Amino acid sequence: MIVSKKIVLHFPVRLVDRSIVYHLIKDYDLELNIMKASIIPDAEGLMVIEVRGEQTNYDKGVKYLTETGVRIQSLAQNVMRNDDKCTHCGACVTVCPTKAFKLDLETRLISFDASKCIACGLCLKACPPRAMELHF
Amino acid sequence: MSKTIEEINKKIKKGEAVVVNAEEIIEIAREKGIKKAARDVDVVTTGTFGPMCSSGAYFNIGHSNPRIKLGGGKAYLNDVNAYAGFAATDLLIGANALPDDDPRNKIYPGEFNYGGGHVIEDLVAGKDIRLSVTAYGTDCYPRKKLETLINIKDLNEAVLFNPRNAYQNYNAAINMSSKVIYTYMGILKPNMGNINFSTSGQLSPLLNDPYYRTIGIGTKIFLGGGIGYVAWNGTQHNPSAPRNEKGVPTRGSGTLALIGDLKQMNSYWLRGTSMMGYGATLTVGVGIPIPILSEEILEYTTVTDADIVAPVVDYSSDYPNMVSNTLAEVSYADLKSGKVEIDGKQVPTASLSSYSRAIIIADTLKDWIKNGRFLLTEPAELIPGIESGLNTKPMNERPIPD
Ligand code: SF4
Ligand code: SF4
Repeated sequence: MIVSKKIVLHFPVRLVDRSIVYHLIKDYDLELNIMKASIIPDAEGLMVIEVRGEQTNYDKGVKYLTETGVRIQSLAQNVMRNDDKCTHCGACVTVCPTKAFKLDLETRLISFDASKCIACGLCLKACPPRAMELHF
Repeated sequence: MSKTIEEINKKIKKGEAVVVNAEEIIEIAREKGIKKAARDVDVVTTGTFGPMCSSGAYFNIGHSNPRIKLGGGKAYLNDVNAYAGFAATDLLIGANALPDDDPRNKIYPGEFNYGGGHVIEDLVAGKDIRLSVTAYGTDCYPRKKLETLINIKDLNEAVLFNPRNAYQNYNAAINMSSKVIYTYMGILKPNMGNINFSTSGQLSPLLNDPYYRTIGIGTKIFLGGGIGYVAWNGTQHNPSAPRNEKGVPTRGSGTLALIGDLKQMNSYWLRGTSMMGYGATLTVGVGIPIPILSEEILEYTTVTDADIVAPVVDYSSDYPNMVSNTLAEVSYADLKSGKVEIDGKQVPTASLSSYSRAIIIADTLKDWIKNGRFLLTEPAELIPGIESGLNTKPMNERPIPD
């Protein structure tokens, strides 16, 4: 399964000039989109990246990062539904791992329970009219 | 009992027509019986709102100064490929069209965030669209390059034309393989992880007129929030599909080609849609009124989700390889309950078409008719039925001689 996650990487000083990102791409077949990077010589480096790839590769990549000493922090994010865009089709219902979407059998409307959402991101691209949005 | 469209129209004009939607009629007929219901009710309205890939729009952009000939050149609308094969100023865009530089499935599964369906939505919404054209230049059309914003209000004509919409019944999709697949039927999880379907079932236009007794060329309809017409039967129209004892096809069968003035439509009912790993498309709102001309026609409109059965088809191997194999038959009543049992396994189900929106379409059409805003039309010709023997053939692929 393909996952896409936004994470914050904190590089300790000793790692700042190592090509860690390169290894993530090359050795773990992950796609990276660097959203923000601040690497100052002799100071801790910080990078916000979007990582995309197979779940297993992602897990291995995270393990590699942790082992090299990079601290990983999940970006505080909030998945919200844009109600103007939602057509209540229901395509999200079976996609969400935490059952945050529910079909009302009477009204045939799809409710979204944000408190169940773990921000895995799966529904973002699975929603055909792209009604699910990521907010920071 | 029999009525004519003319008689019904007279009642509509007087504001006396009895109009109900295809869900309400089920209860009415149960209470009153078919005979009385057929006498009392004049029109039953249907509706559907789902992704319909065979949709598109054509329009005329007017002549620039100096003139440019689009025909034979290349044209893009918001970077999405448009078809420039008609004359100097006519353009066609299909719902599945993509920008040349869209990565498609190179990064699998592709996202298809913006395509032809989105251009149509934006155009209808009144947004400016970037048009860029390269042409070869002629004596009478010397210009070779054009970059301009266009807006629907400035176009001479803007017409929605959908070669195949409103499928009468369709597959329910499942994945028998051990990896996730991305299809036009949505994301299908491995090992029968889910079933996706796309229909409004008992509200669906052609399921309420299964033998096409009233729907034909020129039938006036709700299309994309405005008024449209049935232009022809749709492509792959297959009246010869197997049917159950109530005449309801048990496989994909009838289809319609629809046409209408895009300028009076509404982006709420024409939605650019992205099917992950598959492509960009358009979700189209369609509603068709069924005139109750006889008891027989009324009886067809009482079809319920329990009467409509869909074939469960494997999209990991059978569908792509043209293996005609039905794993199970399930009713829409079961599919809509949220799970069905296949081979002893409870499989969660999801819909790609919105039933709640389909009801709104049927009710909007109902209001239009009740208020005398919408009269019914007599079709110029009905679409081909069973007697036509028409069916959908697979491709006859033949080598090209050297
Ligand atoms: S898939 Fe998107 S549009 Fe459909 S019900 Fe879910 S959030 Fe709404
Ligand atoms: S982000 Fe993940 S957990 Fe949250 S609603 Fe979407 S699919 Fe469910």
